[in-house]
Amino acid sequence: MNVLTARQKGVAVFLAVALVVLIFELIRRRRLREEYAWLWMLTGIGVLVLAVWDELLAGLSVLIGSASPPPTLFFFGVLFLVLICLQYAVRISALTVQVKNLAQKVAILEDQARPSPPADRPTASR
Amino acid sequence: MLAEGRGLAVIPARDESASIQETLARVAEAAPHLDLVVVDDGSSDGTREAALAAGARVLSHPFWLGYGAALQTGFKYALAKGYRWVVTIDADGQHDARDIPSVAEPVLAGTADISVGSRFLADPDYPMDALKRAGVRFFRWVYRALAGRSITDPTSGFKCLNGAALAFCARDVFPHDYPDTDMMITLQKARFRIVERPARMRARRAGRSMHARFSGRVYYVFKVTVSILATVFRESHGYLGESPVPARGPGPASRSPAAEKMS
Repeated sequence: MNVLTARQKGVAVFLAVALVVLIFELIRRRRLREEYAWLWMLTGIGVLVLAVWDELLAGLSVLIGSASPPPTLFFFGVLFLVLICLQYAVRISALTVQVKNLAQKVAILEDQARPSPPADRPTASR
Repeated sequence: MLAEGRGLAVIPARDESASIQETLARVAEAAPHLDLVVVDDGSSDGTREAALAAGARVLSHPFWLGYGAALQTGFKYALAKGYRWVVTIDADGQHDARDIPSVAEPVLAGTADISVGSRFLADPDYPMDALKRAGVRFFRWVYRALAGRSITDPTSGFKCLNGAALAFCARDVFPHDYPDTDMMITLQKARFRIVERPARMRARRAGRSMHARFSGRVYYVFKVTVSILATVFRESHGYLGESPVPARGPGPASRSPAAEKMS
């Protein structure tokens, strides 16, 4: 099976290496936290491995029923993107709960910090 | 009767400046021994100022969090302040505050943990458009199928909760947007005793319903349905088993873990 042309392989390897280098650089500058980087890193390394390992790409193409190898590369790229989005959605959900709890606490603490209770409350019964 | 233990009326409000003062006055008149707290959910129309001007205590979310989160802020406040029971009532004035004593009665008597004000028990022919009627029927059916009991008004915002129910609802299981049928099923599964009492509803006079837009309604039905399915799945996997079996009757709320967290 003719796997990837030299040009296809070159582009895939270049992009994968660029992605891995970019991610590493972002981590080094503390712009990206490691917990978000691992799926991205996996994506870059995965594409790199598939691009250079002809037999693996050919085998996976047969496995998923792909007519030719280049779409296989796309398929796994998209699959990882979906996983990354899902990871973000999970994280956003957790952050939403945390932000909600913080805002509720702020609302209650703000009330406690108010210097004097509202005057002549019609319902005071303590 | 309402003087038993310390009770708090929680009134979640979002952009209800036109009706909040009248609602506060009606609640104060109908239940003079009840303390009031308005939870302003990031309103931009002066709801907070209107409620403060009426002499109410106001908890203000720094930004919009959702109707459920507003209720929960009130629950957390009640637990932190040691209230023994809470009545939730909508700020738009649709709930008739004169029904507070009858809705609260089962909780105060210790025969229920949660009492729900049902507009359909008060008026079986309560007017609704076709879409809403279908929605209410659907959620009634789902509730009966999953909770094993029936409820006439699974989406009512007029409720009374005792300390154990408050502590449960102060946890992160409580939905921040629409705590309706899904939460009722969760509470039923957690073996809280739920009863319904008739509650009259008045036509909305000002402001805007949460469910006015069609897209909002579609999302609402989708969200609550998914949430119900998740509830059932969690329950069957012992998720609710983590929670202690709720104490019965209006117990001292300040001993709950949620109250400790708040203090």
